[in-house]
Amino acid sequence: MSFWTRHQVFEKNSIILVVGILLVVAIGGLVEITPLFYLKSTIEKVDGVRPYTPLELAGRNVYVREGCYLCHSQMIRPLRDEVERYGHFSLAAESMFDHPFQWGSKRTGPDLARVGAKYSDDWHVTHLTNPRAIVPQSVMPGYPFLGKNEVDPDAIADHMRTLRTVGVPYTDDQIANAGADMKAQADPDSAGGDAFTKRYAKAAVRNFDGKPGTPTEMDALIAYLQMLGTLVDFKIYNEKANLR
Amino acid sequence: MSQPSISKSMTIGESGLAVVFAVTAFLCVIASAKALDAPFAFHAALSAAASLAAVFVIINRYLDRPAALPPQEINGRPNYNMGPIKFSSFMAMFWGIAGFLVGLIIASQLAWPALNFDLPWTSFGRLRPLHTSAVIFAFGGNVLIATSFYVVQKSCRARLAGDLAPWFVVVGYNFFILIAGTGYLLGVTQSKEYAEPEWYADLWLTIVWVAYLLVFLATVIKRKEPHIFVANWFYLAFIVTIAVLHLGNNPALPVSVFGSKSYIAWGGIQDAMFQWWYGHNAVGFFLTAGFLAIMYYFIPKRAERPIYSYRLSIIHFWALIFLYIWAGPHHLHYTALPDWTQTLGMTFSIMLWMPSWGGMINGLMTLSGAWDKLRTDPVLRMLVVSVAFYGMSTFEGPMMSIKVVNSLSHYTDWTIGHVHSGALGWVGFVSFGALYCLVPWAWNRKGLYSLKLVNWHFWVATLGIVLYISAMWVSGILQGLMWRAYTSLGFLEYSFIETVEAMHPFYIIRAAGGGLFLIGALIMAYNLWMTVRVGEQEVQMPVALQPAE
Repeated sequence: MSFWTRHQVFEKNSIILVVGILLVVAIGGLVEITPLFYLKSTIEKVDGVRPYTPLELAGRNVYVREGCYLCHSQMIRPLRDEVERYGHFSLAAESMFDHPFQWGSKRTGPDLARVGAKYSDDWHVTHLTNPRAIVPQSVMPGYPFLGKNEVDPDAIADHMRTLRTVGVPYTDDQIANAGADMKAQADPDSAGGDAFTKRYAKAAVRNFDGKPGTPTEMDALIAYLQMLGTLVDFKIYNEKANLR
Repeated sequence: MSQPSISKSMTIGESGLAVVFAVTAFLCVIASAKALDAPFAFHAALSAAASLAAVFVIINRYLDRPAALPPQEINGRPNYNMGPIKFSSFMAMFWGIAGFLVGLIIASQLAWPALNFDLPWTSFGRLRPLHTSAVIFAFGGNVLIATSFYVVQKSCRARLAGDLAPWFVVVGYNFFILIAGTGYLLGVTQSKEYAEPEWYADLWLTIVWVAYLLVFLATVIKRKEPHIFVANWFYLAFIVTIAVLHLGNNPALPVSVFGSKSYIAWGGIQDAMFQWWYGHNAVGFFLTAGFLAIMYYFIPKRAERPIYSYRLSIIHFWALIFLYIWAGPHHLHYTALPDWTQTLGMTFSIMLWMPSWGGMINGLMTLSGAWDKLRTDPVLRMLVVSVAFYGMSTFEGPMMSIKVVNSLSHYTDWTIGHVHSGALGWVGFVSFGALYCLVPWAWNRKGLYSLKLVNWHFWVATLGIVLYISAMWVSGILQGLMWRAYTSLGFLEYSFIETVEAMHPFYIIRAAGGGLFLIGALIMAYNLWMTVRVGEQEVQMPVALQPAE
């Protein structure tokens, strides 16, 4: 019986055909994806990476909502020009708490993986409100409405609880104080600042949008942008320890 | 209404669906009242209204219909079910024009950023997913559903399985599009490219998709032909694999069942890998396998020639579906994804070139002995040119998956150009060709209203594609080279914004190309509308045709 005759078993039985298709398409995904969950070399061991603060998380949700990832990547490749333009190439560990990941696929604008602390808060407020006020050739949309929308400190704890269920290591302490922490991070004069910075290492406490009152989406987004790529200290990071 | 001899009663499907929709309407009203955010309240209200409308339509349809359901056969000929096909064809044309228009708008926004109007719902970041989903899932999806329902009936010589089920599939699918699309404008997205819809839209799509698989499979099972026709293998691979991909990429935990926001189960690297396993195979199985099925039915039918090689179709079918799944990591070259995964992805992407060209050869060579028809039949020309574009894109793709090439092309417009040579040239043209065939067949017309207009459509759209992809090639390679250019002193030569500025003329040319493509589609819509409105009725042949051997 030739190969072609044998193949008729698929051509004449729809269920066998469906099962055959399922088996054939399963292989590639299983081989490529499953090891990423257990191979220890997949994600480097690095000091400094922590879950997002409540305000940064709210800012990240604005980033996702407005589709920023469609024009900005957050993944610096280990190529000479990229490392010189943007900084140290991105580590897997730096996005290990990202649900979803925001590596992006297109650079209509520059990479943002290490945009944190590169520009002042004022620069970001002006730029997000009207990009062409600072960069005349920019093709980025303006987001003046961010400064008018307030974020909800009462809702953020539920978000953190959800993230904890899918694997982000938020502590009970962090979740219990989520709302207060959110307000504290955007208000340098508040009493909760010290407790907040103990809960989140290296988190900046500033009035990001420069306006008093409840934090806005502008505060949140800038808090997020200003922390991007700043958690790992590359002065003490040992690359050799993580050769893979 | 004349009294039938048998007593009339609701089928289990009719009564069951009516009850399910009534309950759904009730639940949606509650969800809308308790909603945590405005978009969720809007979507719940929309779902409640749609569910109530469904109950009304089901009952109204029952009251209007004769006691007996439509027969499977009339005078020994299968009684084909054309209603859902007509609906999907119409929606395909509607969403096609909407999707091309949004594409033109966002292309113009990149050339003239003032067009973003600084409003949330008109900014590029929200409109871009609307464009991609409208053209891929709304236009492409409706073309796939319409043609698959047609091809499976004809090639199996059996009426579409189910009475309400096919309607549930076509209407339910388009309702998913409505929820997804309005969601993007309101800022509801999980940010995974081509899988942006949030958890509740994903759940609804899962239900619709299972119904689609069941209708298709049940029709194949009751076929009158011993063999399952090649096109149906491809449709099955498309339906089954898209289900697997959808489930693998989208497991998410909503923050509240009364809110739109959810967090995806996967994080970081694993999420990236799942995303591009999904993303590349949305291309491989939605935009390739499904449309190859269209090629395998419509080109032989239109050219009145048998498929060039049956054996080639067997080999290229299994090779294509096996290899495609591995190709995802080429979207993540030089990222934090481990090297072994990247290398596997690149290797399989290059191998993928062969089965892709197997399909192209099988499509093109079907024309052997009938090449002269390209001169006289613009519809066939459209179909054949689509296969040529398929061949070009499936050469370009493996080339771009080579890591060195990718280090230049990735993150630039070259990728956008590549996608559009496949999307406009291959998917667009093969869909247009199929709709030009399908509309006269489904509405029982002798032919199209005007072949001359098809010819216009063909040339206007082709010119548009050429402008589009050549502008993107130039801008992509130019930007890639500018990013890595060094001065003689060893400094980076260009700031980022200088490379943005250099893109401006190409963005204008690209928008012009997209505009031409849209004009072509408008010509098509007019032509199809007139075909249905004023076309001459085809006289039904009294006996069954001999099946092609």
